[in-house]
Amino acid sequence: MPAVSKGDGMRGLAVFISDIRNCKSKEAEIKRINKELANIRSKFKGDKALDGYSKKKYVCKLLFIFLLGHDIDFGHMEAVNLLSSNKYTEKQIGYLFISVLVNSNSELIRLINNAIKNDLSSRNPTFMCLALHCIANVGSREMAEAFASEIPRILVAGDTMDSVKQSAALCLLRLYKTSPDLVLMGEWTSRVVHLLNDQHMGVVTAAISLITCLSQKNPDEFKTCVSLAVSRLSRIVSSASTDLQDYTYYFVPAPWLSCKLLRLLQCYPPPEDGAVKGRLVECLETILNKAQEPPKSKKVQHSNAKNAILFEAISLIIHYDSEPNLLVRACNQLGQFLQHRETNLRYLALESMCTLASSEFSHEAVKTHIETVINALKTERDVSVRQRAADLLYAMCDRSNAKQIVAEMLSYLETADYSIREEMVLKVAILAEKYAVDYSWYVDTILNLIRIAGDYVSEEVWYRVIQIVINRDDVQGYAAKTVFEALQAPACHENMVKVGGYILGEFGNLIAGDPRSSPLVQFNLLHSKFHLCSVPTRALLLSAYIKFINLFPETKATIQEVLRCDSQIRNSDVELQQRAVEYLKLSSIASTDVLATVLEEMPPFPERESSILAKLKKKKGPGAISVTELEDSKREGGELNGGSDRGPDTAAMSASNASTPSPSADLLGIRSAAPINAAPAGAGSLLVDVFSEAGPAAPSTAVNDDGFLRFVCKNNGVLFENQLLQIGIKSEYRQNLGRMYLFYGNKTSVQFASFTTNVSCPGELQLNLNVQTKQVEPLVEGGAQIQQVLNIECLTDFSDAPLLNIKFRYGGALQNLTLKLPVTINKFFQPTEMASHDFFQRWKQLSQPQQEAQKIFKANHSMDTEVLKAKLLGLGTALLDNVDPNPENFVCAGVIQTKSQQVGCLLRLEPNAQAQMYRLTLRCSKDSVSQRLCELLAQQF
Amino acid sequence: MQFMLLFSRQGKLRLQKWYVPLSDKEKKKITRELVQTVLARKPKMCSFLEWRDLKVVYKRYASLYFCCAVENQDNELITLEIIHRYVELLDKYFGSVCELDIIFNFEKAYFILDEFLLGGEAQETSKKNVLKAIEQADLLQENVDFQTRLFAV
Repeated sequence: MPAVSKGDGMRGLAVFISDIRNCKSKEAEIKRINKELANIRSKFKGDKALDGYSKKKYVCKLLFIFLLGHDIDFGHMEAVNLLSSNKYTEKQIGYLFISVLVNSNSELIRLINNAIKNDLSSRNPTFMCLALHCIANVGSREMAEAFASEIPRILVAGDTMDSVKQSAALCLLRLYKTSPDLVLMGEWTSRVVHLLNDQHMGVVTAAISLITCLSQKNPDEFKTCVSLAVSRLSRIVSSASTDLQDYTYYFVPAPWLSCKLLRLLQCYPPPEDGAVKGRLVECLETILNKAQEPPKSKKVQHSNAKNAILFEAISLIIHYDSEPNLLVRACNQLGQFLQHRETNLRYLALESMCTLASSEFSHEAVKTHIETVINALKTERDVSVRQRAADLLYAMCDRSNAKQIVAEMLSYLETADYSIREEMVLKVAILAEKYAVDYSWYVDTILNLIRIAGDYVSEEVWYRVIQIVINRDDVQGYAAKTVFEALQAPACHENMVKVGGYILGEFGNLIAGDPRSSPLVQFNLLHSKFHLCSVPTRALLLSAYIKFINLFPETKATIQEVLRCDSQIRNSDVELQQRAVEYLKLSSIASTDVLATVLEEMPPFPERESSILAKLKKKKGPGAISVTELEDSKREGGELNGGSDRGPDTAAMSASNASTPSPSADLLGIRSAAPINAAPAGAGSLLVDVFSEAGPAAPSTAVNDDGFLRFVCKNNGVLFENQLLQIGIKSEYRQNLGRMYLFYGNKTSVQFASFTTNVSCPGELQLNLNVQTKQVEPLVEGGAQIQQVLNIECLTDFSDAPLLNIKFRYGGALQNLTLKLPVTINKFFQPTEMASHDFFQRWKQLSQPQQEAQKIFKANHSMDTEVLKAKLLGLGTALLDNVDPNPENFVCAGVIQTKSQQVGCLLRLEPNAQAQMYRLTLRCSKDSVSQRLCELLAQQF
Repeated sequence: MQFMLLFSRQGKLRLQKWYVPLSDKEKKKITRELVQTVLARKPKMCSFLEWRDLKVVYKRYASLYFCCAVENQDNELITLEIIHRYVELLDKYFGSVCELDIIFNFEKAYFILDEFLLGGEAQETSKKNVLKAIEQADLLQENVDFQTRLFAV
């Protein structure tokens, strides 16, 4: 037992601790503890009132027992009693017990809060500090409720002792973290910020943690701290190592405070005030210069403190990302650390360089260190350092060095630690895809990946290689050849069998000409792996076999034989059995033509965010990969697969944004300022992309409330799209009823919360239209799509559109948007076929002036006959041939079905190609319908 | 900082300080996991490791490991020096501190820590000022003892 140290000794406690230490076994220890617990319990329950010292001693013993890992269920009351002792050590032990063992017994909290209140108002700084420490240690909501308004006052009061201010600042920080709603700085803000100027370095050190946290949450209110922080930092950085006395740590002036100041500045953009910015840049340069000076001490503490400031300064430089000179200097400094003998520095340099690699100013400078980093990956003895090296290689990779980096990562994989293999595999797969220039390299890389680390190749990775091979016909033959070769290894990974089965099933024909890989050889090779594989792989192989039957009729008999054998057709696994039975039947019943249709080559996959990237992000958690990186790779991905299928729709939308005239636009000429886009439409492009031919794409970010005009002549498409959300529409109409499917796609990797949609019919529209829907699920996972069905009933004709309002939270921010739903009166058209004679008869019947609506307008889109026909058909009417004496003109007829009545409509469209004009005439049995249809249609051509 | 743990080479926990609210069960689980991870590391390895979504900074002094968990954006090197300063404070107070001092005077180790770090942030980094606060408290206690004795007489 050591000599009793300073302060008060508690002999009984020391004896007890010795006893415990002398226990030979866990059982003996428990026995001794139980004995002590029984003793303490009896003392606490005893009739004799305990004196303060004994109470303190027993409470302390209980604390010790608790810290050993045993449960303590009594003694709280005694500890609370100690709080009101006037002896400092008793009070201190009481507070310690409460801090460690607090329990949300409300009765007790009230008593504790009472004691704290007394100490806070005692004006005795030591007692006040104890009370503040307790609040900071417990930090419960009850305490925040009781003290959150009191502590700011203590913090800024002129007569508060420095030590109390320090405790108050951090106490407030803790309460702010637990209950931000209860800590209202308001009137105190400016005085708290000015603590940065305090004479006492300790006060500044404590206050800056509070200020940093508050600035992160309320940057605007605290922005005056920037200039104060810069001048404080400048004073420290330029001070001699002895100026700050005890705040100098191993010849480094105030390292903790310096780091905190640099961290605080990272809550803000670069200072706007030129003088402040100049001063700050000077500070950063001084810090970088100091790193080059010879050390003032050989102690590691000296270099650690100095480098802590340096790394924080580099973080700030990276955060600003605007000073190329500083960025490059930072990179050079880190480059020196890459070869430092201290493992810690190498680790941090690798980590910090990772963020430098993403800055355009320093990316090239980082790349010059590639050999050192590769060397680190190979030779570092600590796995966490190797992990950093792998991360950095990933971050510095671009087209110029992708082949080298991927090769190095692949060779490292062979010996890599199990803990990081999966992530390495994902990274290799992403780099190979992102920077693939020739696809044979990509296919080789992924197959190598499966060969080397097959167990760590997740489904996403091999799905992806298949998606890419299917979408790129220039690589299919090579892929077939390569998987065929890979499968010849006596032991190959099951993932290889999956990829092999799929690719040969699709593209085996491309290598079948070579007798060494004739159809039967291919089949036998695949089938030799069959029995070693799991059920899902076998299922995949069975599908490959049936595809073989289609590709190579000569294998039919052999394969049918295999399907027919008991181990397939009577397999105990339902899925396998079903496939065997169905494929066997299919192959024997279906004609070659049917077989060829059923087993046709897979169509290209629609382009979407790389599934591997999504997986890596999930693994790393949101925020691990920057949004830009994501967008980058998406773009690259699109390129890789020969264009994204989203193109036409977005283009269509932007085009119509740019050129949709307002309904009140003048008929002739005035709108000539608007772009006239009359490029001829390509033959194949009908409904969907007629608009995409038009004009340069305008940014599609604005909420397009007339977006629905694009849907007058079509029922399906993308209604809205921005960075976060895509809304697609499919709709169908019959008589006066319609059904609309809305697809809400979350384009991000982050969940949308509180997702609600509301469809409303404003004003009179609710009398005309009846729209019913069910509420959607409130959560939309990242990358997921949810669907909503609207049932629509047209009661009577209408002019307005229903509104769709969408609200959700994305990363905490509320998103709110309102769109017009493309439900227009023409959707309820029933086409009416009629002969020329009938048409003109009815046309004459509808001769009252109100029944007719007419517009003459300039062509906004192609005047190609086929395009026009497609649009008119999309309108829902019947397009009548041989009615109009002028074959250039179009006439249509239809009946609009509403619940209350039917409205007959006749339409005549007269194009004038020379003048690039149209005349549109509508005659309907109801005036309002003529007007509305005319408005809608005048904007479609 | 989210928490600080002191444990021996045998894995015995000597001090635990939590700056975030966690249940006892979670605390025990974290302790067990982290002690195991850190003890398994070899001497020349770096002092930082990624653990769950935190960074762990640790250093061994004689038979004791000092281990801090900080948030991702926190500075590793300065945390390493937080540990060192705490060791210096213990050393100065106990006079060449050893594991036994911390076992037998665990409450003092907590008091010193509270003067140095509060709510997981540095409250006072000057060695003199921290020790002055602790010694004042010791002195105060002696005076109070003296006074009470005086009254008792």
